Amino acid sequence: MTEYGLAGGIVAGVDVGGTYTDLILLDPATKQVRLAKQPTTAVNQAFGVLAALRAVAADLTSIDLIVHGTTTTTNAVLERNLCRTGLITTAGFRDLLELGRRTRPHAYGMFGRFKPIIPRDLRLEVPERMDATGTVRTPLDEDALRRAVRQLMHTGCESLVIHFLHAYANPTHERRAAAIAAEIWPNGNITMGHAMLSESREYERGVTAAISASVQPLLTRYLDRLRTELSERGYPGEILVMNGNGGMVSSHFVAKEAAKTVMSGPASGVMAAAYTGRRAGVGNLITYDMGGTSTDVALIRDAEPAVSNEIEIEYAMPIHVPMVDVRTVGAGGGSIARVDEAGLLQVGPESAGADPGPICYGRGGARPTISDANILLGRLNPDKLLAVDDPVSVDTVRSIFARDLGDPLGLAAEESAAAVLQVANAHMAGAIRMVSISLGTDPRDFALFAFGGAGPLHATALARELGIPTVLVPSRPGITNALGCVVADLRHDFVNTINAPIDAVDLDRVHAIFARQTAAGERLIEKETVGISEIRHVFSADMQFVGQTHLLRVALPGPTPDRTTLQSLFERAYFDRFRVELSEIRANLVNLNASIIGVRPPVDLSSLIDPATREVTLAAAEIGTRPVWFAGGWQDTSIYWRDRLPAGCRIEGPAIVEQMDTTIVIEPGNIATDDPDGNIHIQIVGN
Amino acid sequence: MALDPITLSVIQSGLQQVCDEMDMCFSRAAFSPVIAEANDRSDGIYAADDGALIAQGAGGLPIFVGTMQFSTRTLIEMIRSGDAGEPEPDDIYIVNDPYLGGTHLMDVRFARPYYRDGEIFCWLSNTGHWPDIGGSVPGGFSASATAVEQEGLRLPPVKLFKRGRMDREIYAIICSNIRVAEQRIGDVKAQSAALLVGEARLNALLDRYGDDTVREAIAELRIRAAEQMRAHIARIPAGTYQASAYVDSDGVVNEPLEVNLTVTRKGRDLVFDLSKSSPPCQGPMNSVLATTLSSIYLAMRHIFPDIPISAGAFEPLIVNRPVGTFLDAHYPRPVSGCAAEVSQRIAEAVFAALVEALPDVVTAAPAGSSGNFALGGHDPDSDRSYVMYQISGGGYGGNADHDGLTNGCSTIGISKAPPVEIMEQAYPVLYRRYALREGSGGAGYHRGGFGLEYEVELLRGEARASFVMDHGRFGPQGALGGAAGATNTVRVWRNGQSYIPDHLSKEQNIPLAAGDHVHVGTPGGGGYGDPCRRDPTEVLEDVCLGYYTPEQAHTLFAVVIDGAPPTIDRAATEALRAAGAAQR
Repeated sequence: MTEYGLAGGIVAGVDVGGTYTDLILLDPATKQVRLAKQPTTAVNQAFGVLAALRAVAADLTSIDLIVHGTTTTTNAVLERNLCRTGLITTAGFRDLLELGRRTRPHAYGMFGRFKPIIPRDLRLEVPERMDATGTVRTPLDEDALRRAVRQLMHTGCESLVIHFLHAYANPTHERRAAAIAAEIWPNGNITMGHAMLSESREYERGVTAAISASVQPLLTRYLDRLRTELSERGYPGEILVMNGNGGMVSSHFVAKEAAKTVMSGPASGVMAAAYTGRRAGVGNLITYDMGGTSTDVALIRDAEPAVSNEIEIEYAMPIHVPMVDVRTVGAGGGSIARVDEAGLLQVGPESAGADPGPICYGRGGARPTISDANILLGRLNPDKLLAVDDPVSVDTVRSIFARDLGDPLGLAAEESAAAVLQVANAHMAGAIRMVSISLGTDPRDFALFAFGGAGPLHATALARELGIPTVLVPSRPGITNALGCVVADLRHDFVNTINAPIDAVDLDRVHAIFARQTAAGERLIEKETVGISEIRHVFSADMQFVGQTHLLRVALPGPTPDRTTLQSLFERAYFDRFRVELSEIRANLVNLNASIIGVRPPVDLSSLIDPATREVTLAAAEIGTRPVWFAGGWQDTSIYWRDRLPAGCRIEGPAIVEQMDTTIVIEPGNIATDDPDGNIHIQIVGN
Repeated sequence: MALDPITLSVIQSGLQQVCDEMDMCFSRAAFSPVIAEANDRSDGIYAADDGALIAQGAGGLPIFVGTMQFSTRTLIEMIRSGDAGEPEPDDIYIVNDPYLGGTHLMDVRFARPYYRDGEIFCWLSNTGHWPDIGGSVPGGFSASATAVEQEGLRLPPVKLFKRGRMDREIYAIICSNIRVAEQRIGDVKAQSAALLVGEARLNALLDRYGDDTVREAIAELRIRAAEQMRAHIARIPAGTYQASAYVDSDGVVNEPLEVNLTVTRKGRDLVFDLSKSSPPCQGPMNSVLATTLSSIYLAMRHIFPDIPISAGAFEPLIVNRPVGTFLDAHYPRPVSGCAAEVSQRIAEAVFAALVEALPDVVTAAPAGSSGNFALGGHDPDSDRSYVMYQISGGGYGGNADHDGLTNGCSTIGISKAPPVEIMEQAYPVLYRRYALREGSGGAGYHRGGFGLEYEVELLRGEARASFVMDHGRFGPQGALGGAAGATNTVRVWRNGQSYIPDHLSKEQNIPLAAGDHVHVGTPGGGGYGDPCRRDPTEVLEDVCLGYYTPEQAHTLFAVVIDGAPPTIDRAATEALRAAGAAQR
């Protein structure tokens, strides 16, 4: 078997985001790096990928491995552009996917809608029933099943979900039904409810399966097309796809569990952050990815991103498979500022989005946004904005700020813009704090890893607000997701429910489960045609006190923990999180988790900023000065070009560093230093 | 010097953050699934002198928006009069007395004085719904109590923590009077830890901005919140608006109870009058004043979701005390239905009264019941007693923008319904069906959402079924020409015989044997606007999805649909609609 992507081969990481398709082409032998940013082609993302490869003049025959992050499935779910998919379920329960465990979309306000993933006329029932112990109460009616399968075929379904109650306890009926359906169904698109997630909770399991099934044909078609296009152009190798767990999987297998790709893009950004941080010696990071419409936050501890099995991608749309725990905390550059009826300045939640977008995009946006405030205060250079249709003068922005915000607040236009940033930063800092403490951590123990187009504009102010001592800005903040593709490992995650008190649990069973998970993961990694340098194992347990519903994840030192270790690790983790000691109550061992990771050979990031472009002195990297508004007034501020910064340089704030895809604000008093990989570490003096 | 508006905004979000962190700490550490999963709790900051609401967590249960300031105010008054002990640093008072600014007995409030330089700067308080508080019914939702003593243990404000140490004696008394007491220590610690988190965060806020600045900001924010509410009120045309909503019965006397509401815009305020409502009732459907007020506040916040939760925002909402009605209950009137059911009828009356004045932001009536079905029994297989709760949602009202949500949760809550699989794991029951209740959405230009229909069988042993629901007699009201949603139905099959409770939606302790089953249909939402103006294609889609039958399309929406696959008979539909219009 040929193994691709071994040390020495050229690797391409391609991330298709909502607006841009980003590419990093890295040749480890020569350390040469080529970068591209091309508009995403919505209808067929493959065109954008090809355009990005063309833009770096890549010789496809020489590329060893292409790793791909895609939003094909994300967009399909959020826009409900799904393949026609049918559901066959237990008699009496066809409405589960529509009823949900319903709350309402907003805590206050009786408005709001919900659209089920599979419409009611494509949800059929067959007689069959397991009880909660997995005992058959009603045998599967195979004739009824055949009829249901045919009916769904005749209505044009191209994907099928078979989801029965309690199949996690006994999957026999689901398996039998899938086998019967496979005899009739015209393609392989049959998803069993228990296959991806073998846990109780029929809604969460059903939605996970339904999402997966209804994007599977889309993903298959897209990857087939991409594979054909690339091989026609001479690419000999394998395409790997990023999963939401931050690992990559062969494009031949990935569609079978397509739901796992729904958070692919954000996950790869976090993986890049973890990798970059590890190389820079900063293991604890809060990632802060601010784009035009939203801001994503994730937590990395000891270079390991936090993972969750309970992510909701939108209201009442849970995908319960292990995924990098990326939280969207609202505001982006397009968030609109207004003065409310109480005379208070509010920023967001309303957003100008990408269309019309901020005023400065020149697409007809006429309401003040965060991006416009950055323009008005000299932080953003209006001449360097990407994606501007019809340039708008700073004077126009200023007059809108004066009219909409300054006048009602009794402030000058610039003061009102500064206020917008202050209020927006206070909100974002609060949201980041909530993410951090919900995971049991104090943000002050972390560095802030700023990326995305707007992350580095706000990071120093946020760090100041949060008491975070350091901001880390990677060398290529605007293409971090593509970098995640380049550095990603192979990864398989397993969850098994055991649900027994620690003092009574059968430890042999615990050890056997971990051993089984390990073997399964290693088998899957062997099947991939990608070279790895070693296999890493990460074990953890989800625990709780008896009577509690929340789970606390505890990292385990190995696959054979003893009772004392389990108990003491849990008690310590619980105390660390809640400052509550509860020796009165017994603890439960709920889930056993293993991640089996095929570690790829290390990737040298030191040439992400081409050494040839670097100047010898800081002065030579300065491309000009302009007045920038800091702390209540204008300050003449040096503007540097990132690629020209001398290696290891030290910059004292105030300063602005510009580069192709982002702008970094270094506030007065901050001290920034460049490291060997070209990351900038900004020390927030006083924190 | 007046505070600048930016500092105000930042302090406002800082205070909010303190409360949100308390909420999160409480939920994450809590034991009771009612708190941890259903978020049936709330945390906030209250004024030192009168308990006025300064800020409250955004994720708190809506019913608590107004109650906690009354609870804190009552405590402050009792300290002044000597009826509660003098506060000292690190004390925490515990209280659940409904008549002292509460809801039902299960909602247990903690209050902690927050000191700066030896003076009380404000109070930090929270409420959590304990899974049991003693009384005649496990879980506390009685359908037929006639005095508060039957509903459980009632605590006046006493110090559970004295200078930071828990009083083991008081705790022992509590534990001796409630069920599943051994796990309550987890909730007590979570509830008190949340207040400690609040204290630490508030310290940081005050240290940063200065005590005087924050004090000034709190005062200013209160004034501005009132202004914001008044700006919203100005959208309501001056005049008087009236509506009534009806509770099926009090569970004891089988007669409806009327919530009779008049809303009058007076200048820049809204005056709510409930004085024509029914007198106090024998059964547990009385509401204490704090809950009545809170129900009005939460309804207004559903209408204007952007107003801050603060005493200032509620100032322009003037509620005349409904003396002598069941909405101003006094000791010893039983009150266990007030938070879950009566509150939602009050909110329904607010919606119904204001929907004509504010047709864009008020919806037709939602299902508006918590749908409590409790099953208590003994499982012979495990030899254990159990109490199972099934709460459920119903349809929401249609509105100016769209059809109502199907199976939404109660107006006063934000709780998720439990999964069927988890219920079957934990209790000896089997759900035969868990389905959308076809035809239940009230007809309208925008129809109501659909209710839920479930059928659950007792597999082993014996058990007793209790129901505290509502809308069994009257469906959720339609608005602006829309029809009411379907009523709630309860039917119990015992030994093959069907039994319907006399009070339709309420009854306690119906004995069941293995093989018996319970069938519940929850209400659909009210329709919004004239159903004969509904787009026939939308009616066709509803028929194709099985939401309505072709007959219902004809009778409810005046749309003629026939054939297979079903199609609209345009000519017949136009004729039918024209004839209907001519009749009107």
